[in-house]
Amino acid sequence: MSDNTTTFLLEIVTPQRRLLSMEVEEATAPGQEGEFGVLPQHTPFLTVLKPGEVAFRKGAETGVLAVGRGYAEVLPGKTTILVDTAARESEIDLEAVRSEAQEAEAALGSLSQEDAAYAPAQDRLEYAQARLRIKERARA
Amino acid sequence: MPSLKDIKRRIKSVKNTRQITKAMKMVSAAKLKKAQDEITAARPYAEKMLDLINSLASKASPDSHPLLEKREVKNVSLALFTSDRGLCGSFNSQLLRTAERFLRERGPSGASLYLVGKRGAEYYKRRNITVLSARPVGSGRPSYGAAVEIANDLVGAYLKGETDEVHMIFSEFKSALTQKPLTIKLLPVATPDGEEAKEDGDGKGEYIYEPGEEAVLASLLPKYVEVQAFRALLETSASEHGARMTAMDSASKNAGQMISGLTLVYNRLRQAAITKELMEIIGGAEALK
Repeated sequence: MSDNTTTFLLEIVTPQRRLLSMEVEEATAPGQEGEFGVLPQHTPFLTVLKPGEVAFRKGAETGVLAVGRGYAEVLPGKTTILVDTAARESEIDLEAVRSEAQEAEAALGSLSQEDAAYAPAQDRLEYAQARLRIKERARA
Repeated sequence: MPSLKDIKRRIKSVKNTRQITKAMKMVSAAKLKKAQDEITAARPYAEKMLDLINSLASKASPDSHPLLEKREVKNVSLALFTSDRGLCGSFNSQLLRTAERFLRERGPSGASLYLVGKRGAEYYKRRNITVLSARPVGSGRPSYGAAVEIANDLVGAYLKGETDEVHMIFSEFKSALTQKPLTIKLLPVATPDGEEAKEDGDGKGEYIYEPGEEAVLASLLPKYVEVQAFRALLETSASEHGARMTAMDSASKNAGQMISGLTLVYNRLRQAAITKELMEIIGGAEALK
């Protein structure tokens, strides 16, 4: 399948479902150390992802997904993204996500950086913000 | 000899039972379908995670993370997955029997249990064994959150040194008709023997790690335990529905057989009563001649 060098297989899976499995030309993902881009024939690469947006492009067709915390495994012909949760633009419920973001923010306010619950709350907030960004961009 | 009325009453009660078992079978069939879909949906993630762990664990040195380190085994923990409710044939007793065998082989000294499902909790409540924790499966679909809690407890106990090895017994879902108890070793994380030769030419083995091998391991290994726990929850839940469906199906069949048997007796008795009455009438008429 991936013996061509212009596209690679991008797979996004969560514990509940396989969200995406398609040949793309280019993808970007939010790495722990900063956003990175993947083109076909990338060198093998394994990284931790933080909540944010995964964008991909094939020809003129582009897409974007909000993802939670997870991992990305990049191989020359294939990139697999394993995340806790992910959402398409069409699945985002603006009201629900807003209140989720507020809750997470409130939780962050009451916690100190050393608390064990601090990092998960921050992830929740970032995931909610990513979803809000995507939804609002789509509406604009 | 039961009277006609007695038999009629029994037929009625068996019919009621059959209605219930039939309904339960139908409910289980619907739930089974859902559970099966969930397993199929969860499989890609679990498989991918397993691939990753295998390639990582075979390369990383055992001291690079505590969850990889093999310790001298003194205390063994067993995470046992059962169902909350009964009426599912030999489903729970099979799991409990497997657990018993495991404990016997491993020696009960220093063994502790982590129980998921009320059936297992009830069984071990009065037995002389350390129970780390017992939690119900809960109603509805197994959630990933529950798996995270289970994994955190197990990893926590392991890291604190309360246990040196964690095994897991759950029911593997093969088909609606067959479920098999499965024992797997959860911690320390190790590559299954004989799978190391499965290197494909995809350039695996020379990853660039970001933010570094140890950090990736530290976050990936607990995740792996979560995924395994989630898989156990899903498989056990699907198996439970499958087992209940089969059990209720045979219960309905048995009830049907019982009903036809009882109906036969009922008709025979009724005929005997009619014959007896007729004979009395004829006998009376004969006597008048």
